[in-house]
Amino acid sequence: MESITVHDLTAAYALDALDADEAREYEEHLAHCARCQRELATLGGTASSLAYATEAPAPPAALRDRILATARAERTNVVPLRPRWTFSAKAITAVAACLAIGFGIWAASLSRSLESTRDARDQANRALAVVSDPTAQRVALQGASGSLVVGRSGDAALIVNRLDSAPRGKTYEAWVIQDGMPRRAGTFDGGGERSVLPLQRPVPKGARVALTVEKDGGVDAPQGRAVLSTQPV
Amino acid sequence: MARDLAHLSDEALVALLARSDETALGELYDRYGRVAFGLALRMLRDETLAEDAVQEGFLAVWRTAARFVPERGKASTWILTLVHRRSVDIVRREERRRADSLELAPEPSTSAADDDAWLRFERERVQAALKQLPDPQREALELAYYGGFTQTELAERLGQPVGTIKSRMFTGLARLRELLGENEEAWSPSPSTT
Repeated sequence: MESITVHDLTAAYALDALDADEAREYEEHLAHCARCQRELATLGGTASSLAYATEAPAPPAALRDRILATARAERTNVVPLRPRWTFSAKAITAVAACLAIGFGIWAASLSRSLESTRDARDQANRALAVVSDPTAQRVALQGASGSLVVGRSGDAALIVNRLDSAPRGKTYEAWVIQDGMPRRAGTFDGGGERSVLPLQRPVPKGARVALTVEKDGGVDAPQGRAVLSTQPV
Repeated sequence: MARDLAHLSDEALVALLARSDETALGELYDRYGRVAFGLALRMLRDETLAEDAVQEGFLAVWRTAARFVPERGKASTWILTLVHRRSVDIVRREERRRADSLELAPEPSTSAADDDAWLRFERERVQAALKQLPDPQREALELAYYGGFTQTELAERLGQPVGTIKSRMFTGLARLRELLGENEEAWSPSPSTT
């Protein structure tokens, strides 16, 4: 018994074979032991593969409905990412003014899965016009400083402050997420004090927008780290 | 609507969950609900309790998605771990441990006509790997994972020192990993390429 060091508990922990006190002790250790974290990442995967060796009838359809209904009811309790910067109307007015005098605009690179090049460019131009529209809806960003501006037609642009240039070989890709389905809305390089990113796709009511880091050229579905997102518009 | 998410990775879905997107939860449930239910049913041997465990597990996924760290393991592992943990809690509370958890699952039946081909393939693969383990290792893994016994309880039950049980679990898992030929891609839920 006394020969059991806490390192050696990884397999038992992966199998959930520790009692509550042992599990707590192991978790405290795990928090700062890189070796155990690595080992658990490996053994944990193998332990959970044991779940596949079981055989059972499909769960009742009502179970799915119950889980989703409970989740929906709890949705308001989920803590959103804390915005690092709070949107101010004044800042947007300033952006619009800057735009008018030719403030740097990062043109969206055009991606293969979007409509034709011209359509995308037209969309981007309409999106830019929205930024200076005082009646456009403005939504604060979560995870970055700035805002999403959405015109009545759904044309939209992201205004992001101090967005670092995308890492080498990577690009920022915007997504319009409606009914849980993310759709590509343009790729951007970022950089500079303030980036204006015209979206190549309208943002319908109830949709949200996110920006992720993806490999150069963009991807068909978000895979990379999310830089920012918004609440539904 | 759930079908629209079919092309997203598990990890991307968890990222959507963290943004309170419940359709992503539906998609993850469609991918892992059945395996999770099979696991819970095997452990709890009671449909109502198994449903409770699966529900609690998936709600834990929903509530803690923002804390998921991809570097610490795959999303599928994380989801099944949360369901397993709920099942262990219930089995320990209900004292529903059975000596017959020593045995392997019943003979693979072909009765479930709607059985997912990929699930059946995985099941046969893991069962075949388990059968190749030396008996003491397989016994330790099965009693711990499906029976919900702690290592201390296993030591008492099998009349072995705790150190022996611990080492059987470790060696058994490591050997199982080899037998399954696990690399990171091997457990991808969507057998896309290769």
